[in-house]
Amino acid sequence: MMDALHRISRDPLGLLGLILVVLIIASALLAGLIAPYDPIKLNIIDRLQGPSVDHLLGTDQLGRDLFSRVLYGGQVALKVAFISIAAALGIGVFLGMLAGFGPKWLDNIIMLFFDTIRSFPTVMFALATVALVGPSLGTVIAVIIVTSIPTYGRVVRTQTLTIKSNEFVMAERAMGVSTTRILRVHILPNVIGPLIILASMDIPTVIALEAGLSFLGMGVKPPTPSWGSILNDGYTLIRNTPWPIIAGSIPLVLITLGFTFLGESLRDLIDPKLRKNV
Amino acid sequence: MSAEQKIDNVLSIRDLSVHYSTNRGELNALRHVNLDVPKGSIVGVVGESGCGKSTLISSIIRLLAENAIVPNGSINFEGSNLLTISEDEMRAIRGQRMSIVFQDPMSTLNPVISIGRQMIDIQYRDKKTKQQKRQRSIEMLASVGIPDPESRLDQYPHEFSGGMQQRISIAMALQAQPSLLIADEPTTALDATLEVQIIHLLKDLQRDMGCSILFISHHLGVIAELCDYVVVMYAGEVVEQGTARDVFHLPAHPYTEKLLKCDPASIAEKSRSLPTIPGEIPDLTSLPSGCVFKNRCDKAMPKCDSVVPEWRESAQGHFVSCHWAKP
Amino acid sequence: MSAVLQVKNLRVRFRGLSAVKAKLKGIKDPFIDAVRDVSFSIEEGQTFTLVGESGSGKSTLALAVSGLLPAAEGSINFLGDEVTLMNAEEMQSYRRQISFIWQNPVGSLSPRQSVGALISEPYVVHGMKDKDLKAEARRLLTMVGLPAHFAERYPHQLSGGQARRVGVARALALSPRLIIADEPTAGLDVSVQGEILNLLNRLQDELGVSMFVITHNLNIVRHISDRTAIMYLGRFVEQGPTNSIFAQPRHPYTLALLSANPEPNPDANIERTELKGEVPSLMNRPTGCEFHTRCPFVSTDCNSTFPPVVDAGESHTLTCHYPGKHEQT
Repeated sequence: MMDALHRISRDPLGLLGLILVVLIIASALLAGLIAPYDPIKLNIIDRLQGPSVDHLLGTDQLGRDLFSRVLYGGQVALKVAFISIAAALGIGVFLGMLAGFGPKWLDNIIMLFFDTIRSFPTVMFALATVALVGPSLGTVIAVIIVTSIPTYGRVVRTQTLTIKSNEFVMAERAMGVSTTRILRVHILPNVIGPLIILASMDIPTVIALEAGLSFLGMGVKPPTPSWGSILNDGYTLIRNTPWPIIAGSIPLVLITLGFTFLGESLRDLIDPKLRKNV
Repeated sequence: MSAEQKIDNVLSIRDLSVHYSTNRGELNALRHVNLDVPKGSIVGVVGESGCGKSTLISSIIRLLAENAIVPNGSINFEGSNLLTISEDEMRAIRGQRMSIVFQDPMSTLNPVISIGRQMIDIQYRDKKTKQQKRQRSIEMLASVGIPDPESRLDQYPHEFSGGMQQRISIAMALQAQPSLLIADEPTTALDATLEVQIIHLLKDLQRDMGCSILFISHHLGVIAELCDYVVVMYAGEVVEQGTARDVFHLPAHPYTEKLLKCDPASIAEKSRSLPTIPGEIPDLTSLPSGCVFKNRCDKAMPKCDSVVPEWRESAQGHFVSCHWAKP
Repeated sequence: MSAVLQVKNLRVRFRGLSAVKAKLKGIKDPFIDAVRDVSFSIEEGQTFTLVGESGSGKSTLALAVSGLLPAAEGSINFLGDEVTLMNAEEMQSYRRQISFIWQNPVGSLSPRQSVGALISEPYVVHGMKDKDLKAEARRLLTMVGLPAHFAERYPHQLSGGQARRVGVARALALSPRLIIADEPTAGLDVSVQGEILNLLNRLQDELGVSMFVITHNLNIVRHISDRTAIMYLGRFVEQGPTNSIFAQPRHPYTLALLSANPEPNPDANIERTELKGEVPSLMNRPTGCEFHTRCPFVSTDCNSTFPPVVDAGESHTLTCHYPGKHEQT
């Protein structure tokens, strides 16, 4: 682990990614301490201000401090991203290993399930679900979990199929090792590495999806701050002030860059074939 | 050097060193390597894993890894130094005047293109009609012993057995009539009966086409049967070079001697305790002073600890780097 | 001396074509026999070696013997118990008494497990967790000649020879009665091959374990083996005491295999028995003697009738119409 951090720190882009990610996560977690104002407290007198010492990113149409809203919005974004990706990862790994290691008929059923889900366009699927059960944070998370399972599941399945044909799996079987133990002890550690990278590169996508749904008013309900709803506010006020739009997009850009750089750096680290200096 | 100059060498490597810069420091993969391939001869390179065989091949075809450094040395091939010529000149040499056969034929042949197309494609430099190129491919396949070559030309690599695939790779390598063929363990993946067939094929082709072969193998029996000259490598150095007879019958370097002795094939009597070479090859990132083999050598003396043995002629045409070897 | 393993008329088949395809093509028997009519026995404390080229079915035979592949016909008797009739529980106890040394020294070790975990895994799997696993790992490492601190290494940090030793330690963990070694020296340097063979021989002398070695490397056979069988297209064409096979090969295929082996001597004058053509496909076995398509001494009735089993004395048998014909030419 320390070795990994050490190696990342020698790759400038990876280091930048790591710093951005740590910064954003820390600011979201510590929003309660850092934020100068209550993110949902109205202050009509100070509405639509530009950036100043009092309001670092200005205020919105209801006089709420945008900097505080951005910090708290990070909490929502990260909550959605981590919960949904962790759950999708867990289910995807389970189903993927089952499909890869199990009998052919089970593989076929699981793959059919994956393909069915994949055949819906993600945003359409999300809109339809929200229309059916109503907008909420839970709905957003559920939609993201369901649509992400096939991605991870397919990767795990392919990896499992490759590993299954290695001689060490036969060696374990011949020793009398049970299938669950083979999967847990011998296959899982070999498939998890690439998945973590995939997941870390997926986080920005998920955050953007959450922001998108909130922008459309189908995600978190107001007045809870979310980067998407900040953007939506900014959109309606675009003729009056650019600041809400800027405030909403800065964290999205930073977090996308951060996780992408970090993910690429991790990938180079884990996959020796891509590593330049052995 | 006088003895070497009389012989016309196709390939002549002098004082070649190759280092890799790694996280653990500089890895000295090849150090002060001297090697000659006389015209029209088969030279065998023997060595165990980690001896630098693959780095040697990569430096000859000049396809070294990005982190490789060549601090000194020259590779003279038919009058030009391969380390200094331009990339265009090098490309003109590869595949035309120098070609290579690898260990695993399945990974060198493109699985989705028919044998015929692959063989015609590699003649792209020739100004011949497609029909002539096809004819040439058929001749080559026939010469490596593929039965019914005309109809098999349209088949794909997987339709051939392992031995046949290796024959095809050899045909492709020799198609341009190169003056040097590098064979990198071409028989390791094959069964014993096929191995012998491929050795004989190489020997016959070499005689017919007059090319030279640099044959890399860890199988001492194959080297003894096929090669005219033998080069012995250990931990990135060439420790001995001479005619196959000299090296196998009168090994001058203690490593060669031990290696020959511990080959299970050379022990005809049933033995429950075979001779071995105790110890490990030194770490190539932090080499010991003096001789590289001293920690495993029974004959090591104080001089071996401090002085690197020089490369000298111990007998007519027999070179060795060992303090014990006679002058 | 009693037999540890006795195999009689074993046949192992694979489905060559799916049922539908076979119907469409009008093929009545869509199976291929990877192992056919094989009989042999391994005596207590002895080594039986199986020699054959790739595709001859030798690995299939090993897997069938260990119960990893089902036998279509015949019997496999291990210390009086019939392996082909074992239920899951009996099978698990059988697995404790046999162990494997796999072909690929590094590739047969689970890559993310430490050497210590790998060596003590057999105890964990077979419910002997109360053993002092660390001490066991140390004991086994010493036994195969590796220092105890190797327990913390990972497979990719090992050289081929070291990984092979770890494989041997793993095979010894449960004090098996029979070790099945598939190409124990494949992929190892010449100098390391000797070390591994010495190790196997020493362990056999100390522990009295029986061994079933599968190889295509004839050079190692005479140093480890008591009895040898030669396999071609899934059948034993010749089997007998190793000395007798090497001194007096009678089957033309054995002859060809032995003479194909290049000697590390440039002046060696080897009289070769050259084989014609290629190994036929298992899908259409030749008629009569299955070796007749490649046999240099092929004669009139070789392609029509299956050759008889010839007894060459000293429990040395072969299947050939004209055993020793090469001596007359």
